[in-house]
Amino acid sequence: MLTLENLSKHFGGVRAVDGVTLTIKEGEIFGLIGPNGSGKSTTVNLITGLYTPTTGTVTLDGWDLTAMPQHARTARGVARTFQNIRLFGNLTVAQNLWVAQNGHEQRRQHFLSRWFKPGGEHSADVDELLQFSRLYSKRDVLAGNLSFGEMRRLEMARALASDPRVLLLDEPAAGASLEDAELLAERIRAVRDRGVTVLLIEHMMELVMGITDRIAVLNFGQKIAEGSPREIQDDPQVRAAYLGSGHDEKMERASA
Amino acid sequence: MDFYLGLLQIIGVHTLLGLSAYIVLLTGQVSMAQAGFYAIGAYVAAMCTAMFGFHILPAIIVAGLVTAAIACVVGFPALRVKGLMLVVATLAFGEMVRLFFFNLTWQVERGGGLIGPNGAEGFRAIRFFPENGWEIWHVTGFIWIVVAVVMGALWWIDNTRAGAVLRAVGHDETAAQSIGLNLTAVKVGAMTLGGLIAGMGGGIYAHTVTHIEHAVFGVLLATFAIAYPILGGLGSVFGTLIAVIFIQGFLVEGLRFIGDWRSLLFGALIVLAMNFRPTGLLGERMPRLFKRRGADKLELKEAE
Repeated sequence: MLTLENLSKHFGGVRAVDGVTLTIKEGEIFGLIGPNGSGKSTTVNLITGLYTPTTGTVTLDGWDLTAMPQHARTARGVARTFQNIRLFGNLTVAQNLWVAQNGHEQRRQHFLSRWFKPGGEHSADVDELLQFSRLYSKRDVLAGNLSFGEMRRLEMARALASDPRVLLLDEPAAGASLEDAELLAERIRAVRDRGVTVLLIEHMMELVMGITDRIAVLNFGQKIAEGSPREIQDDPQVRAAYLGSGHDEKMERASA
Repeated sequence: MDFYLGLLQIIGVHTLLGLSAYIVLLTGQVSMAQAGFYAIGAYVAAMCTAMFGFHILPAIIVAGLVTAAIACVVGFPALRVKGLMLVVATLAFGEMVRLFFFNLTWQVERGGGLIGPNGAEGFRAIRFFPENGWEIWHVTGFIWIVVAVVMGALWWIDNTRAGAVLRAVGHDETAAQSIGLNLTAVKVGAMTLGGLIAGMGGGIYAHTVTHIEHAVFGVLLATFAIAYPILGGLGSVFGTLIAVIFIQGFLVEGLRFIGDWRSLLFGALIVLAMNFRPTGLLGERMPRLFKRRGADKLELKEAE
């Protein structure tokens, strides 16, 4: 469904992403892992359109997204969260979801009622997402005043507000404890059960190994392995890439 | 009495000027072009009434629309740059407009004399109000009706998705883009609306003073335009109004008795105000107009 074809991004002489080809199937939770600086976040930025690729294409459901601006990609069904949370701290929780309603169907609403009808932040769609994210009681609180965990949940809810086809999660467990990660895993499964395909970029091996259907591993911008979590853990190249970074131990732990 | 009505007129037109900067500032853009838009509105409206015999109302609407169109066209290239670069670009535009009117001579015969913009001399005898027998309180009332309509419209927008989107873009452009907002459209939209308001404000201004010239529309006026919403705070349209009353009513007129020291005190008071109220006199947060519905059911729903 989401296909990256020979995707590259070079910053001067640095090949942040170098000829990556990937296919993510509808309805799966796909993990993208790799050591620091391996090009994971750059890949996300290429898919969402924050960066333009040096070479290669991104297609979603057969639509070529490569030349599309970000807002057009959102309409086609791409949504994301950020590694360092980026909420609209000057808006309320409900308003954060309200402004994000830019999906294909939502754009077809009448111009006036879409933009100039007051009070739409308390619509049924927004309420549903707030309940899904356990933020309903905080809906009129300024997003800047939420706790860290609530901010993470709100950011994911905001990404879901445009009814995306695929959700890109950029290190959603950063700063989270193991217990938090278990809750997060549940949330990600719940998102998948809403019919949204998930691309998970993550460092925390316990999380990635536990919930993904398939995983691709990046190292120095190139894909070095792809397969089920079990296959990835047994892959000698992957182990070599992670050796010395301490992650191999975590892999052992996750597979135990 | 006339003095106070005159002061009210100044406060009214400056509120429009400040509001035009307010709407652009919501998207995080500091525009120094507002004085230029104000100048365009002033000249266009004055041409409509003095040269072509329009009534004041269609004249300021035409002035607003012409200015909005120009603001829209200027917005596309200008809003590609940010921060200081935008300040410089919009400042350059403002000066261009000023110098255009400095050089513009276009006069027509009317009522036995020549009328119209006359280069450095300015545009004289914009006498719609006296010619039609409007008294000072008529004019003041008219201005404040326009101000009330514009403030009401902006208040309305602030409570809609459009207003939330402006604030979202102002807070974090990267995040705004990631949720599918078209930054160019939002920023140019705000600039266009700002142009509309500044154009109307300028149009009214021209008629209250009856004589306009390029020198009025310089950097100082552009600075005032953005100082109002910044000093008043971006929480709501009332911040701008309060700031205009504070600056024009208190600092400019109220302190006239201390003579030349006024300018010094003026600066000091603004510095003080910004130190004690860094988010503006009325703050950043918008007061709520629409009561939240079903607040009592919150806990129940949460429990499910």
